[in-house]
Amino acid sequence: MDFEFSEEQIAIRDTIRELVQDRVAPRAAEIDEKGEYPKDIEKLFAQNGILGIPFPEQYGGISGSSVSICMGIEEIAKACASSSLILAVQALGSYPILVAGSEEQKQRLCPPLAAGEKIAAYALSESGSGSDAAAMKTTARRYGDEYVLNGSKQFITHGSIASTLVVFAQTDPGDDHRGISAFVLEREKSPWQAPKLEHKLGIRGSPTAQLVFEDVKVPAANRLGEEGAGFKIALAVLDRSRPGIGAQALGIAEGAFDYALAYAKERQQFGQPIASFQGMQFMFADMATQIEAARTLVYRAATKVDARAPDLTKVAAMAKLFASDMAMKVTTDCVQVLGGYGYISDYPVERMMRDAKITQIYEGTNQIQKVVIARALLR
Amino acid sequence: MDLELAPHHEAFRASMREFAQGVVEPHAAEVDRDHRFPEESIEAARHAGLMGVLIPREYGGAGLDAIAFALCIEELAQACASTAVIIDVHTSVGSEPILLFGTEEQKRQWLPRLASGELLGAFALTEPASGSDAASLKTSARHVGGDYVLNGTKVFITNIGRAGVYIVFARTGPDERAAGVSAFIVPADSNGLRVGQVFKKMGLHGSPTGELVLEDVVVPAANRLAADGKGFTVAMRALDSGRIGISGQALGIAQAAVDQAREVLAARPRAQGDDFALAEMATRLESARLLVYRAAWLCASKRPFTRIASMAKLHSTDTAMDLALGALELAGEDGAIAGSPFERHVRDAKALQIYEGSNQVQRVVISRDLVNAR
Repeated sequence: MDFEFSEEQIAIRDTIRELVQDRVAPRAAEIDEKGEYPKDIEKLFAQNGILGIPFPEQYGGISGSSVSICMGIEEIAKACASSSLILAVQALGSYPILVAGSEEQKQRLCPPLAAGEKIAAYALSESGSGSDAAAMKTTARRYGDEYVLNGSKQFITHGSIASTLVVFAQTDPGDDHRGISAFVLEREKSPWQAPKLEHKLGIRGSPTAQLVFEDVKVPAANRLGEEGAGFKIALAVLDRSRPGIGAQALGIAEGAFDYALAYAKERQQFGQPIASFQGMQFMFADMATQIEAARTLVYRAATKVDARAPDLTKVAAMAKLFASDMAMKVTTDCVQVLGGYGYISDYPVERMMRDAKITQIYEGTNQIQKVVIARALLR
Repeated sequence: MDLELAPHHEAFRASMREFAQGVVEPHAAEVDRDHRFPEESIEAARHAGLMGVLIPREYGGAGLDAIAFALCIEELAQACASTAVIIDVHTSVGSEPILLFGTEEQKRQWLPRLASGELLGAFALTEPASGSDAASLKTSARHVGGDYVLNGTKVFITNIGRAGVYIVFARTGPDERAAGVSAFIVPADSNGLRVGQVFKKMGLHGSPTGELVLEDVVVPAANRLAADGKGFTVAMRALDSGRIGISGQALGIAQAAVDQAREVLAARPRAQGDDFALAEMATRLESARLLVYRAAWLCASKRPFTRIASMAKLHSTDTAMDLALGALELAGEDGAIAGSPFERHVRDAKALQIYEGSNQVQRVVISRDLVNAR
């Protein structure tokens, strides 16, 4: 047992922490207010190797370890949840290639993603197919060496800005989830449309797109795994990415907590700092305890990803469920600590509370996590 | 980062489970019903060498670390929370102060007898008017010649009447707070030491709890632990690692409740609400388990662990209480009948939120650390 990061991981974390303090934190409020994708921060992450964290060295990256990915996401999310998705979705969109791709596909597709020259996204959900992912309608028909995709996808993070998109589509529409296959679309060769961006409660700097595919041609060489293996790939990817959402939730909660604690030590009422009141102190004790409980569970799930553990599905779902519920509660309580100031946009905690909400919803709602956990327990 | 138990810890857990389920569990319901000390279980634990888990081999113990200790108590509590707290208090706050603060002579005198289980240990800090505010204790220890003479009443003492030796905290100095407190090793057969009222409790029926009355008890100066006036430091350090044991106990009760709820659900038609309740319970338990092992790992690797141990105690015992109630809810009427493990877990779990520092005191410890930091 060893609860510490390795020296190498600490070095990566310290680099990220410094960059985030200097360059991301000062931009966070503006990114949220304008609702613009922070291209400058994407470039900053690319230049500093941060987007290489999800990839092993042989594919141009610097790590490939889920513990390192989670650590990076957590650090960024402390200051700006939108920016943390630049790393998180680079990992999410690349996992299908790393998990199910052939050696040729990994060699060809991963290095530009690891270098941050290309941005990845992951397209599973549709307007009529959310929690029930197997009900998707998008089709991929094979004509010789190509597939032709038709349909639409909903709630695709970075779908509008990505240059490499993993799309799940029915190659055998009569056959339920066994008819689903996975494809990598390279935008210059297989252009898709992103006609609409969503206006959202939080993570406003992270574009969420509706995507449309009208006779989009994809080379058969870009199919991941066998025909019909797509649903399995989708689930295997979510097992690996859920600890990252847990890490994002953890980071958001820590950011809000640190701000609220510092505020409570300064803020004077009744002639003393509000942190001197036991009512406040117990809130902080409970919040800190819940944060630490979530932290161990998130990194436990990450180590399970790295160890390819058989109980990964259950533990990853637990980490995502617990950390995201924790983040919602902690950020709400942090707004409470700041009172009226917590509610206004001059202070960051209301943004963090808005950002926390999505972690309970995406990559499987928390209700779906409970379905997954209960299935594992009662199998 | 490696959040799995080491193979030797896994092996220890497996042997503990076999012992707890095979030897301890069969008596649990009856011990609870009859409010009786689990003689067979404690005797078996003596024979199995489980009374000296934390005591080094040179003093006759098993020489294991805080992680093994947490696993030991967790597995015992899964079978019988009363047996778990008897061995927990004996091992941590009842023996560890001698291990951590004793002179070589004190260690040689007492630890082998505690490790073998010949003597059961106990910890006497709390008084009727001094609970969470432990530094206000009133029991006195007057220096007379080469001895101390102790007078006062201690209350809520686990292992009362069964202990062969009590770690007693008493006031030796003029300072009215912590700086006036010293710690003593007091044999149970000392003249003037007697058991007062033994309480009837809501739960933990097999674990005797009561008053320790000290009337002109003569304790040789050689039995003072640590320097004069350093008793409060002994008490606080003992409670830091004691919290790891209580947290282990919480994990055991919670695991038993979740496992039994799972069995009930697996055998009947379920609604989605049942599944979700079980999933939430299992998730909370997992979060608590990792936090407890983290505290134990910090302690075992000699890193600062006070804050995390308090967090572990707070989170694991609140979790145990909620999960025991949640499991009873899932079990329905059958779970509420006396003799059902579900209602026993509810009664047993409640004590954990109160003893070895109430969860309110844990919040004080944690927030003091947070607010004073930086």
